[in-house]
Amino acid sequence: VENVRLLDRLSSRKAALGTLYLTATHVIFVENVSETRKETWVLHSQISSIEKQATTATGCPLLIRCKNFQVIQLVIPQERDCHDVYISLIRLARPVKYEELYCFSFNPKLDKEEREQGWKLVDLNEEYNRMGIPNNYWQISDINRDYGVCDSYPTELYVPKSATAHIIVGSSKFRSRRRFPALSYYCKDNNASICRSSQPLSGFSARCLEDEQMLQAIRKANPGSDFIYVVDTRPKLNAMANRAAGKGYENEDNYSNIKFQFIGIENIHVMRSSLQKMLEVCELKSPSMSDFLWGLENSGWLKHIKAIMDAGIFIAKAVAEEGVSVLVHCSDGWDRTAQVCSVASLLLDPYYRTMKGFMVLVEKDWVSFGHKFNHRYGNLDGDPKEISPVMDQFIECVWQLMEQFPCAFEFNERFLIHIQHHIYSCQFGNFLCNSQKERRELKIQERTYSLWAHLWKNRANYLNPLYRSDHGQTQGTLRPQMAPCNFLYKFWSGMYNRFEKGLHPRQSVTDYLMAVKEETQQLEEELEVLGERLANLQKSQLNDDKVKSKQQDRSKQLGLSTSDNSLANTPQEYSNDLKSFPSRSPSQGDEEDSALILTQDNLKSSDPDLSANSDQESGVEDLSCRSPSGGGCLPSEDSGKDSDEAVYLAV
Amino acid sequence: MLRSSQPLMGPNRKRCREDEVLLGTVLDEGERGFIIDTRSAQAAKQARMTGGGTEPKSSYPQWRRLHRPLERGRPLQESFIKLVEACNDPLINMDRWLSRLESCRWLSHVKAALSTACLAAQCMDREEASVLVHGAEGTDTTLLVTALAQVILDPSCRTLAGFQGLLEREWIEAGHPFHLRCARSAYSHARLKQEAPLFLLFLDCVWQLSRQFPFSLEFGERLLLTLFDNAYASAYGTFLCNNVKERRVGREVGTALCLCKVKESTHSLWAWLNQPGEKKKYLNPLYSHNALVIWPSVEPQSIQLWQGLFFRWIRSSQYLDEAWAEIQRLVEGN
Repeated sequence: VENVRLLDRLSSRKAALGTLYLTATHVIFVENVSETRKETWVLHSQISSIEKQATTATGCPLLIRCKNFQVIQLVIPQERDCHDVYISLIRLARPVKYEELYCFSFNPKLDKEEREQGWKLVDLNEEYNRMGIPNNYWQISDINRDYGVCDSYPTELYVPKSATAHIIVGSSKFRSRRRFPALSYYCKDNNASICRSSQPLSGFSARCLEDEQMLQAIRKANPGSDFIYVVDTRPKLNAMANRAAGKGYENEDNYSNIKFQFIGIENIHVMRSSLQKMLEVCELKSPSMSDFLWGLENSGWLKHIKAIMDAGIFIAKAVAEEGVSVLVHCSDGWDRTAQVCSVASLLLDPYYRTMKGFMVLVEKDWVSFGHKFNHRYGNLDGDPKEISPVMDQFIECVWQLMEQFPCAFEFNERFLIHIQHHIYSCQFGNFLCNSQKERRELKIQERTYSLWAHLWKNRANYLNPLYRSDHGQTQGTLRPQMAPCNFLYKFWSGMYNRFEKGLHPRQSVTDYLMAVKEETQQLEEELEVLGERLANLQKSQLNDDKVKSKQQDRSKQLGLSTSDNSLANTPQEYSNDLKSFPSRSPSQGDEEDSALILTQDNLKSSDPDLSANSDQESGVEDLSCRSPSGGGCLPSEDSGKDSDEAVYLAV
Repeated sequence: MLRSSQPLMGPNRKRCREDEVLLGTVLDEGERGFIIDTRSAQAAKQARMTGGGTEPKSSYPQWRRLHRPLERGRPLQESFIKLVEACNDPLINMDRWLSRLESCRWLSHVKAALSTACLAAQCMDREEASVLVHGAEGTDTTLLVTALAQVILDPSCRTLAGFQGLLEREWIEAGHPFHLRCARSAYSHARLKQEAPLFLLFLDCVWQLSRQFPFSLEFGERLLLTLFDNAYASAYGTFLCNNVKERRVGREVGTALCLCKVKESTHSLWAWLNQPGEKKKYLNPLYSHNALVIWPSVEPQSIQLWQGLFFRWIRSSQYLDEAWAEIQRLVEGN
């Protein structure tokens, strides 16, 4: 469709005129401005909702909201065209078959072996070995090898030595969705463990000997303690209500030596609504401080984040300080349980704060343990009531921790943002389907590529320059400050206002420090080389008896500079009185508008698009903006756009 | 950029030739200037009843007046007190924290101050027009705006030396009544009439700028905290008294003339800060001269609560200090 306008959210006066394309996998807007021809690409999988607004004199507005929080406002001149685009997008954004998803057509031009290697990057067996298992207390069980016991669990699980097959099967019959207690994390220093399950089918008075034995087995696997905590992450009221449906929670009277604890994290529906409300606040035009703070509080979002964090802290304390094992569950054991177990693991074990370790953590507690990616993130069109930002919340917990402990994580904010992006993008196969069983049935590993390999290949972009593995902050358990700590939870504008460049600090400290670090390293290497040369020279000079002083020019003058300030930022609209001002919003991609802090040549490890596209100066890439015609490929977007394969629905 | 106090128009709409001529000389033929009045139009109008007022268009035809009400005086002090109370309250849970923060209105004041300073800067930089800033007395919100605008506009005000110069010029010599304004701070039960944290508001705004432009200020948070401390209680004479006259000549206290003679009797804060050993503690390791204007975002998401100040004694700064030490190490290593 031609003559479409793309409006800027902050300044509706500023609009770009261009052409809108729909392909099998993307919506693409190409600006008419001939020098830049800036492109905005949006994956259909990312589209959360499309809103057709009332036709005005200027045309027919269409609002596209994305799961990665990008909001695209288009104005299409003809109502007919607008309607066609709307209908098409509705269909495209709601695939019915897996084969429609991008990951099956995405082609990063790797050969079969490279694809396989990519999938092998994260190996959970290795991970459990790293923890120290199998050992005297824990063993691997293949009882679920054909998914016969629990179809949402993986084929390989770790259980206490004293848990026999009979106990496991019996316990699984007494647990919602058959999700019996299994090991999530083992602390070899004190034998305390974190196990996870779903709720017991206890109703008001039902008992199950095998389930009780299972919990005893977990306790016995930790000789250092004579009881275990059972943590129900639901609010007490919800858990009690479940009893009427024949489910519920563990009765301390029936299970010997347990201490039961409710933590009170709300369910997926509350979270979905909470995010919705927060996004509405983000969409407010020129909100006052009051509007914003009230809106944010009203959404309850930060309160929920804190609740998840508090649960993780409780469990980490139990394991690290008390040396007591914990069994965690919620209702089905695949949402809040996953969040809380992974937060606790992050706090406990510095390995998970490395890049590789984090990938392993996600693979373990989310992918292998059957978090329902398809239902939660809408890979395919499904029940809207299943949609919930569960992983988004976990990722935000990690970010909140990064803000409190800036030296403790090997990876940076961009790493988290890209992972979140790909939970919804369906560009890679990791976050598809609802269980390991479904993924194997679809032969995901043979037909798609692994996100982890992709991120790993580009890991230089994701490093935290302040991380040092020998730093005090990175070692041992992280202990976030408890009360007072409300103020420690900040609104993550890097995620929820990700595409509004004007809101972010204009200069990326992370990128600058990474470049400094790299340059220092290169200089040190050069120094070594020169030192050797000098030594050799001196040796030969002793022979020659001549003193030659050769000035060695540095082969590359890496004049690292933060002051390539030939480009300035622009003021936002501070006033409506000064209409004569060229009040452009800072978030549009004007060439003049960025404050590049590094000269182009020095950006060895950063996104190539930083040079091509001026709105990349905040360090948070606009993943949807890049040129296919060789302008460089953003780390997480495909380069092989196979334009010959794409079906152009030029409406 | 000019600053003054309000014109004494009074209820009878007095005019003053000399004042009009003075302002007229600032602008060339056909040029336009802006007057930024830090009171609301309503308040400015009401000021006439007590002898004050605004510049009427008819008498000052080349000047266009804009009103940007900024809080000052008792309400600002109350805002500060409420915020400190909220920060120290052990009982607030997450359910109520943000609304409690909002009810203090402090962040709204930060937003308003930054917006107004940006407006002044915009007039000068974008419109290339002269600006006159005044409120009522010209000693509070006026100085907030002019000082902040200079940090935004002028890279030399962002150096350590330049910032000190700015403070001397726009706050100390310009006659901000530090003695009255920075008396007892937030915990005191004595609600002094003249007390108001304008200077703290200024420092908070500068902190916001340093967060948004981490490379553009030569100094760091530590300097701002030190300035805050010394404004209220200091071993140095820099922030003593209310104006230059008092510092030189002395103050009438009761019937005795108190000879302040600040320069003869006290040491200067700047002299101490600028010693090489001290100075390096206040420098920003990321600093790199930025010759351009720095335009902050004043969206609510961009304005954060200054934890380093308001939670200074409540939360450990260990991890953040370690991060800064690491940054220092990386930059120095290079």
